[in-house]
This record gives sequence, structure tokens and C-alpha cells, in this order.
Amino acid sequence: MSNPSRARLWGWGHTKPTMAEEVSVDRAGVAGAVKEAGERGILARGLGRSYGDAAQNGGGLVLHLTSDASEVVLNPTTGFVTVGAGVSIDQLLRVIVPRGFFIPVTPGTRFVTIGGAIASDIHGKNHHVDGSIGNHIESITMVLADGSTTVIGPRHNPALFWATVGGMGLTGVMLDASIRLLPVETSRMRVDTSRLADLDDLMASMSQGDDDVRYSVAWIDLVAKGRHLGRSVLSRGDHATLDELDARQGVAPLAYGPRQLASVPPLVPAMGVLNHATVAAFNEFWFRKAPSHRVGEIQGIGAFFHPLDFVGAWNRLYGTRGMVQYQFVVPFGEEQAMRTVVERLSASGAASFLAVLKRFGAANPAPLSFPRAGWTLALDLPGGSRGLDDLLHGLDRVVLDAGGRHYFAKDAHMTHEAVRRGYPRLEEWKAIRDQVDAHRVWQSDLARRLGLI
Amino acid sequence: MENALGQPQTIVLLGGTSDIGLAIVRHLLNPTTLAVVLACRNVEAGERAAAGLRSDGVVVDVVAFDGAATGTHAEFARSLSDKHGDIDVAIIAFGILGDGSETKVDCDAAAELTNINFTGVVSSTIAVANQMRRQGHGSIVMLSSVAGERVRRANPVYGATKAGIDGFAQGFGDVIAADGVHMLIVRPGFVHSKMTTGLKAQPFATTPEKVAAATVKGLRSKRRIVWAPGILRFMFIVLRHLPGPVWRRLPLG
Repeated sequence: MSNPSRARLWGWGHTKPTMAEEVSVDRAGVAGAVKEAGERGILARGLGRSYGDAAQNGGGLVLHLTSDASEVVLNPTTGFVTVGAGVSIDQLLRVIVPRGFFIPVTPGTRFVTIGGAIASDIHGKNHHVDGSIGNHIESITMVLADGSTTVIGPRHNPALFWATVGGMGLTGVMLDASIRLLPVETSRMRVDTSRLADLDDLMASMSQGDDDVRYSVAWIDLVAKGRHLGRSVLSRGDHATLDELDARQGVAPLAYGPRQLASVPPLVPAMGVLNHATVAAFNEFWFRKAPSHRVGEIQGIGAFFHPLDFVGAWNRLYGTRGMVQYQFVVPFGEEQAMRTVVERLSASGAASFLAVLKRFGAANPAPLSFPRAGWTLALDLPGGSRGLDDLLHGLDRVVLDAGGRHYFAKDAHMTHEAVRRGYPRLEEWKAIRDQVDAHRVWQSDLARRLGLI
Repeated sequence: MENALGQPQTIVLLGGTSDIGLAIVRHLLNPTTLAVVLACRNVEAGERAAAGLRSDGVVVDVVAFDGAATGTHAEFARSLSDKHGDIDVAIIAFGILGDGSETKVDCDAAAELTNINFTGVVSSTIAVANQMRRQGHGSIVMLSSVAGERVRRANPVYGATKAGIDGFAQGFGDVIAADGVHMLIVRPGFVHSKMTTGLKAQPFATTPEKVAAATVKGLRSKRRIVWAPGILRFMFIVLRHLPGPVWRRLPLG
């Protein structure tokens, strides 16, 4: 274990930093670090991609698990991979894709760690058919608050396993996880794209066709008003098979080496460059460049799953006030609530960069997992926007009244009441956590703010 | 723990009956607020102020606090954290105006005022800041005054204490910034409040509500100093450099 150093830690939204002691450990060092826990506790932090304060622990200790590709052990016969919790999906894909496998669930960025992915129970474009990452975990090796190491899974200690999936790192420090992979013939995606005129069109179209495709997501323009309200681009696809590639692509069907095209320099003006005018212009451009209907286009994994990763540190575009991401889910049958939210966002004049709408499938057994059957919407807003607080708390009420909830990994503003109403199984989760961490060794800013500890 | 929108959950007001302090608390109240602590010498008056702040889901806690009893400050600040968890915003608003004509000649009165307005403020600010350093976050609002910008003959002891805490807050703010704690110095001009009842209003007089609005804006944008109203900043660039004989003759109270 290296010596702890004092560091100011932020979430990806760059809104509310706190100071913590930061230390890097390898897997053998985690148990030793647990003994260093002071009254402000310990938290494992991955790549800091959660938007709010989920990966911060003000005044406490923050662990970075070192990782390298040697911690990816693939069994090509069974299709299982055992991967270090500090390894990123980027590192993992570079090992497994050339060998004909894909991660069963990926979020919109590949720069998240496996530990962070499980702690947030991340979802992807295939949630409606495949569920979230927790549904594909065979086992997790974890260090508990007493320094002991244990192995948990859906069949072994399921209560602790499901409390850890979506548990925001508050049940222990994961060392590795064994994941069931998806076999693929190629590293390309076969993609269908269509433009839809408004929200009703979009929701009808998704309700009908989604179940037949593995990946489906829509991008909505929330700046557009009037008859353009909710105009969107629906993108669906699946992994391309060998015979769907042309001769040139077929030469190296599993080639995979995504690159960053550019990185935003740290010299963006303090007020940021994303305001209502620039965002409206971008959304317009993006809507018009999409084909009205195109079928069978072959794309790379990066272009299909991780378009934002082409630009490094894109969060800097929001300037010193940062950004707030808002993501919620409302059950099927509550389409009117979704419509109300979209209308209010559009009417508010908030500069919402492209928002993402998706249909979720059934929830898994994890008490704090975010996804549940219904519609989810995710959007970015500049942190300094006027009236943002009233707007968001108002939207919260619409979402909660519809029986919906918000995503911890993105949360920046929730009330305790919103947590209680959105997560009715919170007390069940707390009871399991109390058994493994009576003295609150695991803490985070999010946990303190939302009353999880 | 304050959220990403700059909405505090726990607010502490030292000087729990201060008009400006209470106005800042009202402007900071938000749907996520869990607790407001009014720390005051006169608990009965504090309870009256608390009645106006109570609403669903917000605990308003009135606690006894004596700014002059510096020996109690460390324990006082610890008890705040024990009871309410992380302190997001602490407003240092206690102090007395004193009778300018009395403190000019009565050394006991002058020492008492200095002890509360300066020594007590320094001591309690450090006590609260120590809790925030432990948390790794927090904001302190120091209610200074333009009276400290250039001390007037009308009330030199009061003006000097404000000059003192303003200077302290500047230097100390730079210290605690390294620990993630934000110090905001608020320099109001003449404010219509119960502290100034019966006094002749000065130019650019303002209200507690306006000072509070400027303060909350300054907190959210992480400013170091806020003037209320803003024009005083420019006025004092001039006033500070007036030759002594001219300054002395100005009809400033």
C-alpha cells in the first residue's frame, strides 16, 4: 500500500468535490487498508464516471484498485471470464473481443471499472432482453468490513450478492468478478436507424419492435419545441454475423482497437461552451444528419456503444459549473408522466444535450438496482442553469407519483423522500448491510447525502 | 452533504436571531434540507425565530451558544456534528453593534464588544472549520461589513472588529481551501434590521433579504467576497484612498 495522499475528488459531472485521503492498493493490500478505516470510513473508487458524489468520500479514505490486463482470465470453452474489479470495460474488451466474446452489458462509456459497473448495476441498450450486469455475474470475490475475503454469487450467499449488485460500494470492496460472456462472430454491429417525428411516434415504434432486437435506444432532442417536441433517432442493432460482413471487413472479423480521436483541452472558458444556442444547433445537426430510415449498416463497437468515448474529457465542455445528469424510470402505463417530463424540459429552455430514451425489461432481485420494467430517460444539463433546482425537484415529483425512481450513479440532488419512495426495499438492503458492516466501514458522500448509512 | 445544485442539507447559524443570518437561512432552505441549527445567547428569542422556519421534514434546533465564551466553542462545534452529521453551511452572524459614543470612552464596554465580535468570531469560526476539515467539505459565511473597510469615527471599536474578522477570514479562508472548505466573506453596507433600528440610514442602504440573495449566489458560484449592494465595492475603492482630513470630515454617522 502506498502512502495516502490528500486529494480533491469529483464526480464526472464536476459539481461538488470533497477532500479525501487517496491510496492505491493491489488486491493483496485491500484487507490491510480496511484496518486503516477512520470514522469517515473507506470507499473504493474506479474511474470516477458516476456523475454525482457516488465515488467520493469526503474526509475518509478512498481506495484505488490497481489493475492490468493480466487480471483478465478468459475460459473460451465455458465463456466465462474472471476479471479484476479495477479493470475497465475498455481493458476487458481489448482482451475478449479478438477471442470472440463480448461483455453481456455495457453502458455508454467503456471507461468504467468492473467493480463500479456491478456497484451501480449498470444497464445498456439491451436491458429489455438481457437485464443489467448483475444478471450475468456468476460470482464476486469481496473483502468485507472485518478484513475477511468471501465469495458471493446468486447461488452462494444470494442476499449479500444482490445487496452488492447496485449497492454503490457500501457492502465491501470487490476484488474480482466472474462474468458470463456473450459469444460473437465479429467485432462489428449491424445497425438499423430511423428518424421519428415526435415522442408518441417514438414510443409506439419502440413498444412494437423492441422485443425482436437485442440492442435498442433512441436519442431525443429535448430542445426542440412545438410540433418537433420529442423528435428522435431510433437506433437498433445486434452483433453482425460473419456472413453479414463484406470481403474487406471479413479479413479480420474480430479486429478491435478503438481509439480516442481527440481530447477536450483543460482550457475551456469557465462558463463552458454548451449553452442553449450551441446545444440547439448541435441537436439540429445531429437530427438532420441521421438517415430517415436505413437498414443493415455495419458499424464498429465503439461507434455503436460508446460514441462519447471518441472525445476524451468531454465533461470539460460544461466549464467550471459542471453538469448534472438526470435519469429516471417510470413503469409501463405511465407514458403520460414521461410526456409531462419531456414537455417541461422543452418548455424550461434548459440546454439539454441529446437525451436518451430506452425501454427497460424486468428488474432483477437486487433491492437497490435502478432498472425496472418501464421507460427510462437520461439527459445532461449544465450545472449552473437558472432555475435548475426547482425544475429537477418538480420533475422528481412527477416521476415518483408515477411510481418511478432515479439512478444513484447519476444522482446529484435527490431528497431522502425521493429515495424512500423510489426504493421501497431500502430497509431490506440496510438490514443486509448492517449484518456485514455494523460499524459503517464503507461510506461515501452519496451514502451520507441520501441517508444510506 | 450539499448536493450538486448547491442545496445544503444542514445549515448552522451562529447568531441565531440575526436578521441577516435568518434571511440567509430562509434563502438556503430547499427540499433536501434536513436540519437548521440556530445557535444563540437568548434561546427564547431563538425559539421565536425558529417558529418561522419550521416546515415538513426540517428539524429546527435552537441551542444555547455564547460567542464570548471561547472555551466552549470546540465542544459546541463537535456536538453539532454529533447531533446533525455533516455541517454544509455555517453562517457566522453574531455580534453586537454597541453604542459608539460609549465604547469610545468606556474601556470595559470596548473590551466586551471586541471579545464578542472579534475574539469570539475567530474562535468559533476555527471550531466550526475544524469539523468541516474533518468532513472534507463545507462552506462558511463570514458576515463582515463595509464598516471594516475603512473604520469610521462614529463607531471605531465596532468597525475595527469587522476589519479584524474580515482580515482573519481572508487569510483563514486560504488555509481551509486546501481542506475543501469554502469561506465566503459578505460585506453588507447599511442594512435595515433590528440591529440598526433608530440609526440614520447610510447611502445605498439595503435589506436582509437582498444581502441573503447575494450571499446564496456567492455560495453557489464559490466566490470569495460578496458586497451588498455590489456598488459598494467600487465606492470603497474611492473611499479607502481619500486623504485622512477629507475622510474625517465626511458626514458618515
